[in-house]
Amino acid sequence: MSDSDFLLKNVVTSDGTPIDLEVREHRIARIGNTLTSDLPSIDGDGAMVLPGLVDLHTHLREPGKENSETVLSGSQAAVKGGYTALSAMANTSPVADTAGVVEQVARLGKEAGLCDVFPIGAVTVGLKGESLAELSAMAQSAARVRIFSDDGNCISDPLLMRRALEYVKAFGGVIAQHAQDPLLTVGSQMNEGVVSSRLGLKGWPSVAEESIIARDILMAHYVQSRLHICHLTTKGGVELVRWAKGQGIAVTAEVTPHHLMLTDDLAESYDPIYKVNPPLRTKVDVQALREGLADGTIDIVATDHAPHPAEDKDCEWSAAAFGMIGLETALSVVAKAMIESGLMDWQTLALRMSTTPALIGGYEDHGTIEVGKPANIIVVDTSSTWTVDRNKLSSRSSNTPFHDFTLPARVTHTFFRGVHVLGNGQLTGRKYE
Amino acid sequence: MSVVLEQSEIDRSLRRIAHEIIERNHGLQSVVLLGIPTRGVTLAQRIGTFLASIDAQVPVGVLDITMFRDDLRMRPPKPLVPTQVPSEGLDGKDLILVDDVLFSGRTIRAALDAIGELGRPKTVQVAVLIDRGHRELPIRADYVGKNIPTNARESVRVQLREIDGIDQVELSV
Amino acid sequence: MHSPHLLSVKDLSKSEALEVLDTARELSRITDGAIKKLPTLRGRTVVNLFFEDSTRTRLSFEAAAKRLSAEVINFSAKGSSVSKGESLKDTAQTLEAMGAELMIIRHPTSGSAQRLAESGWVNAHIVNAGDGMHEHPTQALLDAYTIRSHFPEHDRDFTGLRIGIVGDILHSRVARSNVLLLTALGAQVVLIGPPTLIPIGAISWPVDISYSLDAEIGTLDAIMMLRVQSERMTDAFFPTEREYARDFGLGTERLKALKRSAIIMHPGPMNRGLEISAASADSPQSVILEQVANGVLVRMAILYLLMGGTPIPTEGVLV
Repeated sequence: MSDSDFLLKNVVTSDGTPIDLEVREHRIARIGNTLTSDLPSIDGDGAMVLPGLVDLHTHLREPGKENSETVLSGSQAAVKGGYTALSAMANTSPVADTAGVVEQVARLGKEAGLCDVFPIGAVTVGLKGESLAELSAMAQSAARVRIFSDDGNCISDPLLMRRALEYVKAFGGVIAQHAQDPLLTVGSQMNEGVVSSRLGLKGWPSVAEESIIARDILMAHYVQSRLHICHLTTKGGVELVRWAKGQGIAVTAEVTPHHLMLTDDLAESYDPIYKVNPPLRTKVDVQALREGLADGTIDIVATDHAPHPAEDKDCEWSAAAFGMIGLETALSVVAKAMIESGLMDWQTLALRMSTTPALIGGYEDHGTIEVGKPANIIVVDTSSTWTVDRNKLSSRSSNTPFHDFTLPARVTHTFFRGVHVLGNGQLTGRKYE
Repeated sequence: MSVVLEQSEIDRSLRRIAHEIIERNHGLQSVVLLGIPTRGVTLAQRIGTFLASIDAQVPVGVLDITMFRDDLRMRPPKPLVPTQVPSEGLDGKDLILVDDVLFSGRTIRAALDAIGELGRPKTVQVAVLIDRGHRELPIRADYVGKNIPTNARESVRVQLREIDGIDQVELSV
Repeated sequence: MHSPHLLSVKDLSKSEALEVLDTARELSRITDGAIKKLPTLRGRTVVNLFFEDSTRTRLSFEAAAKRLSAEVINFSAKGSSVSKGESLKDTAQTLEAMGAELMIIRHPTSGSAQRLAESGWVNAHIVNAGDGMHEHPTQALLDAYTIRSHFPEHDRDFTGLRIGIVGDILHSRVARSNVLLLTALGAQVVLIGPPTLIPIGAISWPVDISYSLDAEIGTLDAIMMLRVQSERMTDAFFPTEREYARDFGLGTERLKALKRSAIIMHPGPMNRGLEISAASADSPQSVILEQVANGVLVRMAILYLLMGGTPIPTEGVLV
């Protein structure tokens, strides 16, 4: 018997079925109703058990900007938010464009031992958009990279994008595109529209995002490869993806929690806490994103957790960095935007935040609660609310736009490979070795 | 709250001030009245009317001292009133400043500063309807309608029919 | 004024805007005479915090402050080693530590004046002297002052006046502030320029939009020509200066088409021969130099109205 063996009693599944779960040797050993066991038991108090959440879009900042976030602090934030797997974006310093860097990040993730950290590889050397990075070497490294992205930058050169989409077919990879035409967004600060015209902040037209999505959908179809669209923000983008799926094109798409909740009029305060790339859009866009996520046009929620030190936000708008943190608030924000609004149920939420992202990333140990699989599970008290306090987050950064928001659903327990890393909402100090 | 001056007393006071002005200045040849807004202007006009009925017409102007006050920090900014200096100017004149209440003396000090920018009168005299004491500066009135002893917390409210619809002076805590 | 700052024209109600204009007019009466300097702000310190070159605006504010006897500290970030980000906060805190009670800020970033006022970095009064492409409220006030002085029958209300703002609306803080102020005063504003220089979101503004100066010129009571920045051409907002001047410049023919009663305005500095011909700039209908003089008066009024204290209970009788 390992010291992480236990019986989780008195929980319900996302469809409301009461179950007990027995975990032995880091795996789910039995699932049943009113199980008895000689193992120590943890009482779920009737809360909901979900497969551990999976994020396909996290900025962990290590190596290079450890004052904003480290793999360890990001893992702690993840665990508090109910995540058992993260995908670390490549825009670190040095850039994760070689086997060496992705292996370093993967090793740091293992040392932290709180959740799986899957590195994402850069598509182009140094994210410069000029020449392909050694994608195959990263795929074959110990980090087994499958998702490649220049996120932060768009692969705008159509020929390079074509080559990347083709090349990753050899090892079942997927290109995650940050859709932003760079020439249409030089110096852009916020969504272009009524609010930007009033505020005098340089506009970021929706068409700069949609034109790249349209192009890449056609390209993915043409070369018969897999395309993933990062952080969709516009109604037009949702319609393009919906059309592509209707055509049977292998495209998947993500939306961030903040784009499901916040709109561009928040920039009226000129508080750069609301400055993010891609920018907050309009109510119409938010509604389209919610509907797209509900009907499956948008496959997953991804946080785009982007930590920045205080001085990069405590300044004037144009000088501030783009980005928001999101790991610790994602589940609650999605619950508020999608479940409280009646657009989605908890089963669908589990699909969008765990099962489907695990499938897209090829993270086989995540995404489902099944006998024999590693016990990556969380317990969520769906009936209680909590108030976000940016000073009490585990992330090293505090740039959350949800400070002082009262949100539904608290993550009370996180089990990573059976290890009880979060208990009653607090980090337990345990880790998987 | 009590009424300390009624219409008839106000009239009597202003008429008496008019006589004193004539006496003190040996006539009205070089006398100019400048009222300090808001009620000082009305009082100056009334004194001017008395002077005209007793002796002769004198120029009556307006001196806004708002921008010359030294207590902007302690008061809300107030709208400015046009300063109107009679066309013959102030140089060599016997200038009589007219205000409703003399209290700390700061208004008159500000008025003296403003006058310094406008010209060089031969003399500057002060006429007030009420002197309530509590001077903070070495300033006195040459013509006083009525001395009313007050404590600092009390407030004196002059009401004039042209502005307030009634002629009376109230004292309240 | 109810706000301790002037960040945007939106900080002013219509009656407050008129109060500013009235105060400026009284100041003009005081200072047109013998009085050149008022003691109102003696012993108070204001700082010109300029992160962008603008000699005219800085001098105008400086003249306004000095005519009210304030101490003026000039800070110019241009050329100093100020870096982005921290600098605004650090600079402002440093100057407040030197006693600045009011900060006049000119900054290339939209919203920086509001940020300075609302971030909690300093307690000083903030006056926006132009922030990026956002607003330049004292320019709008001096423009309204100038218009009013030429249309005395519109002293309290601009209803019935049609005012054209011509040129680069997209990048213009002057245009944004003027749209807000002139429409609040009741004027009908028409924005005129090539579609590339009209913001997408301007359809939500309470204005008319026209792409033809010739179609509008005869309808205007005031025409405000905006400066064309040379970089707009390199950014392909229009093909050539010649084409721009032909379509949107105020040249001799258009000068003839103007109503005789109409006034010609320009916030300066002018590109003579581009957006405005020499004949137009120097014509009897031009009020461009009046705008400069009025700028000092309006800024004096703003400093006076912002730097007053908070109301205290009536003591004795207020003068």
